[in-house]
Amino acid sequence: MGLITRAVPPPPLYDLLAVPEDEAVAGAELAMKDNATTGLFTGQVFTLENVTLSEDEDPAEAARKLADDGIRLIIANLAAADLLKVADAVKDKGVVVFNVGASDDDLRGEKCRADVFHIAPSRAMLTDALAQFLAVKRWSKLFLVVGPNAGDQLYAEALRRSAKKFGLKIVADKPWTFGPLARDRSDSITRSDALVFSRGVDADVIVVADEANDFGNYIPFRTFEPRLVVGTQGLTASTWHPAQDAWGSAQLQSRFLRNSNRVMRPADYQAWLAARMVGEAATRTRSADPDVIAKYLRAPDFNIAAFKGVPLSIRPWDQQVRQPLLIAQPLGIVGVAPEEGFLHQRTPLDTLGADERETKCRLN
Amino acid sequence: MSTPAPRWPASRRLAPLLAGAAALFAADAASAYTVYVSNERGNSVSVIDSATLEVKQTVKVGRRPRGITMSPDGKVLYICASDDHAVQVVDPATMKVTRKLKSGPDPELFALHPSGNPLYIANEDDNQVTVLDVEANKIAAQVPVGTEPEGMAVSPDGAILVATSETTNMAHFIDTKTNKIVANVLVDARPRFAEYSSDGKRLWVSAEVGGTVAVIDPETRKIIQKVSFKIPGVSKEAIQPVGVRLTKDGKKAFVALGPANRVAVVNAETFEVEKYLLVGQRVWQLALTPDEKLLFTTNGNSNDVSVIDVPEMKVVKSIKVGGAPWGVVVSPQ
Repeated sequence: MGLITRAVPPPPLYDLLAVPEDEAVAGAELAMKDNATTGLFTGQVFTLENVTLSEDEDPAEAARKLADDGIRLIIANLAAADLLKVADAVKDKGVVVFNVGASDDDLRGEKCRADVFHIAPSRAMLTDALAQFLAVKRWSKLFLVVGPNAGDQLYAEALRRSAKKFGLKIVADKPWTFGPLARDRSDSITRSDALVFSRGVDADVIVVADEANDFGNYIPFRTFEPRLVVGTQGLTASTWHPAQDAWGSAQLQSRFLRNSNRVMRPADYQAWLAARMVGEAATRTRSADPDVIAKYLRAPDFNIAAFKGVPLSIRPWDQQVRQPLLIAQPLGIVGVAPEEGFLHQRTPLDTLGADERETKCRLN
Repeated sequence: MSTPAPRWPASRRLAPLLAGAAALFAADAASAYTVYVSNERGNSVSVIDSATLEVKQTVKVGRRPRGITMSPDGKVLYICASDDHAVQVVDPATMKVTRKLKSGPDPELFALHPSGNPLYIANEDDNQVTVLDVEANKIAAQVPVGTEPEGMAVSPDGAILVATSETTNMAHFIDTKTNKIVANVLVDARPRFAEYSSDGKRLWVSAEVGGTVAVIDPETRKIIQKVSFKIPGVSKEAIQPVGVRLTKDGKKAFVALGPANRVAVVNAETFEVEKYLLVGQRVWQLALTPDEKLLFTTNGNSNDVSVIDVPEMKVVKSIKVGGAPWGVVVSPQ
């Protein structure tokens, strides 16, 4: 297996939320240990080749090099544009790509590829999960605050669709224009217009779309009226959370902590899951052939245990892993989506994200 | 101890009637057994009288008690105190902890050799099985197995130990003379529990996330049947088999189905599911009384134990116990 990731830009002097340098890599490495233990009994050997790209390095070249070295199962912890470059570069080389880093809905829609599996949840899954939670709470009046980055716009679009799907009302929809205040030093001047930004909006919650962590954490307690904050900060939806200890996951958390001296993050979990899926497929099929492995993963009865309380599987229409998502505040789990009562003829997990009837994906 | 409030919906709130039925049953029963329940979050063991179906006593034990078993003579109770990294030995007569045994790290579940020694302990965090001489408190061997071992069973003749590993998805067959793995059988996702039939001719292994129970022929080490479950109104994902118990005649199997909140009654000859019994929430482990008249279930999310009348195939009572009941064992007499 190979793993391509991009180096994290050097953090400023002090960054509370700095992304660890080994994000995703540490997760995949733990899964390799799990796979190796199984391999002892099946006589299989699993290896992982890590490639960390610097800022100006071309992911296509890295992917081609891995493929030329005979590595035809590639985990990509990359943004959408880079992921597509990787997929294009190895299209005719019989390589299977596992997307653990990009949540873009169009990667599962009009830009979907037959040889790419999506382990990371789509933005639609994240916002559907959150919307279900808000619907259960009957906190249905949303004040949406959208950041300036392209990802923020996409998150906001997904949120607007989720609100419609689950009967929530967006009572205000404003762009954030005050800059990355959450990253400002605490002794810097507080922007007074940002303080009154939320005044006079009759909302149950403020939903922030801020994937870069620039301002979402600035808003709680600085609002005019008392308001809860949800979205990309505050109460969030994610595949993994350090407070998660149900369904045997305390074991995975402590194994990870012991190996990496830090808590497991969603990207680590997603990379762990990708490498475990390959391991599981290789053990069951007794094969390392990417075609055989992909075929096994695509089979309708494929399922894998991944500390989520229910088996995870793959949607045939866009090759997205269906999985429960955790609804959590910074230090605690508050709920799990799909919430009880959200039903689907196939599985409640398909109430999150693009369903078969809505998909824009045409594989091949 | 006050009478526990029944957990049934209003329409089924028949506590006085049930208590009456239990009393009648007790008068009928040949002997009263003692039932011990480990409470994972309560850090305690609840002691239940099988005749009155009341909690007689709740005793503090080590941290995060999970696996619980008893010596064949009923004179020693063993408890996995997972977070204390030890096996505690309790004298059932006094319910005092008398010894603390070496267990290897994070013991989760264990199985006692039919002779009463050694004890085979699954070390969940360390991918190994510890073989412990309980008399000498000496570790005789540590056997490397798959990731997250949990289910443990010893064949009735004592020759083979089976350990299931939850992330490797295998049942490992270990020769108890050499403490070496002699075979590995792949089962469905997250195998949690293993149980031999009393004649040793069948081995049942539950797969929690796979949603199935594999019935293995221990001779050929091949899966001869996979039992699956279907409950109207319950999603497929919620059906998560964990604890399995077989009657001595090999005719019936009981399978705890976790968050499906049911115990499946399986015909162990035809492998057909005959009935689903509604019990408390997230049912994991099961124990039969030696006369096989009662079956006790631990319901981790409703903090209670359901009692099933086996001849009637009915749930007759739920008994409030400590936080997150996990394991259960019944005294041999």
